[in-house]
Amino acid sequence: MPATCGRCVERRAVTKRPKTGDALCKECFFECFELEVHETITKCELFKRGQKVAIAASGGKDSTVLAYIMKTLNDRYDYGLDLVLLSIDEGIAGYRDDSLESVKRNELNYGLSLKILSYKDLYGWSMDEIVKKVGLKNNCTFCGVFRRQALDRGAALLNADVIVTGHNADDIAETILMNILRGDINRLQRSTSIVTGNGDDQSTIPRCKPFKYTYEKEIVMYAYFKKLDYFSTECTYSPNSYRGHVRTYLKDIESIRPSAILDIIYSGETLAIKEGVKLPVQGVCSRCGYISSQNICKACVMLEGLNKGLPKLGIGKSSKVKIIKPFTCRKNKCSCEEISKEAANTNKVT
Amino acid sequence: MSNLRVAVEFSSGAELLFDGCKKKELLLPIADENDVWTLKRLIQWLKDTMLTEKPELFVDGDRLRPGILVLVNDVDWELMGELEYQLQSDDKILFISTLHGG
Repeated sequence: MPATCGRCVERRAVTKRPKTGDALCKECFFECFELEVHETITKCELFKRGQKVAIAASGGKDSTVLAYIMKTLNDRYDYGLDLVLLSIDEGIAGYRDDSLESVKRNELNYGLSLKILSYKDLYGWSMDEIVKKVGLKNNCTFCGVFRRQALDRGAALLNADVIVTGHNADDIAETILMNILRGDINRLQRSTSIVTGNGDDQSTIPRCKPFKYTYEKEIVMYAYFKKLDYFSTECTYSPNSYRGHVRTYLKDIESIRPSAILDIIYSGETLAIKEGVKLPVQGVCSRCGYISSQNICKACVMLEGLNKGLPKLGIGKSSKVKIIKPFTCRKNKCSCEEISKEAANTNKVT
Repeated sequence: MSNLRVAVEFSSGAELLFDGCKKKELLLPIADENDVWTLKRLIQWLKDTMLTEKPELFVDGDRLRPGILVLVNDVDWELMGELEYQLQSDDKILFISTLHGG
């Protein structure tokens, strides 16, 4: 027979918490789960009253639970937030079209308005079309780079003040490990922050992760016990195998020592970077105006590659960006200027 | 020779390893009264008889792949003895994958 709940000492326990090892009943689990997200939101001061918050919604488990919990907490604790759902349609038949149906059900069930933006509208290319050009090797790089910007553009269209994403503790620990394995000090720093893009220059919409300290297991358990409707399948294109290996490794460690997830996040947060280590400065893309640590952002480089029939452009070292950089040419009024204008127009949201 | 009746369910992507099967009633053979079905035995049985692809996403040696959650009659299997849990008649065993995209 299963144990009794360690909190109310009354009802039957239904789940064991990875964070603490406590056995909890359904009701106590819901309470603890919701309270902890609320504490993360208030302690980290993620929102201000009156803000418009775009919830990045994929239809998967994390964003479905995020939408539900944001709505619940906003009502319960009177955050005074205007919540909207924002979905990106990458144009992957049999994958995203199905998951968007689940977001549409969330729109109805939670009474939140929904905005769907497609890669095709934003960039002129759907992922299915991109894969036809670039094959199955680097397609995930395109998708990742385009998605990041697509969310920013969507949030700007909605006049949102903040974007929230469903990244959970497992995702963040995974990213920290990946950045360590790649020696990417710059991303390592950013990946541990609960809020990113909140610089003084106000050039980007801040993003935050209310589930930063929430275990994936608990998100799945919460969705199951609350009977939330979400969509799960593997993307039809091959998954990012590098992340896949790290994920497997992390799950293996977690099965031996569940606190490992939070411990890795703690390590990431407290790592100090030696003085004198040069970090790239975040600026804006001189073409499209979105955030970039290069003169021209990766999305613009990739897009130019696609439009020019050089899909490998933008894959690999960012130093290759210089190949297409038209700025020295601009002064000479060569045709490069036309190209960059064209690219800027293609990128414009209509 | 009798049978032990249990229901297995697969969700959140786990069904993709079982040819899309989300729910199935099983009649597991029992040789005599000392013959017990543990979750460990059930998992191997599922792998050998029902699994259609990517066994490495379901099992890891003789244990379940970390990242798949199991609920025994809607209770976390971590509270039920995990692999050593002995199946009872009419148990409902649910496998939820967390390894698939969120």
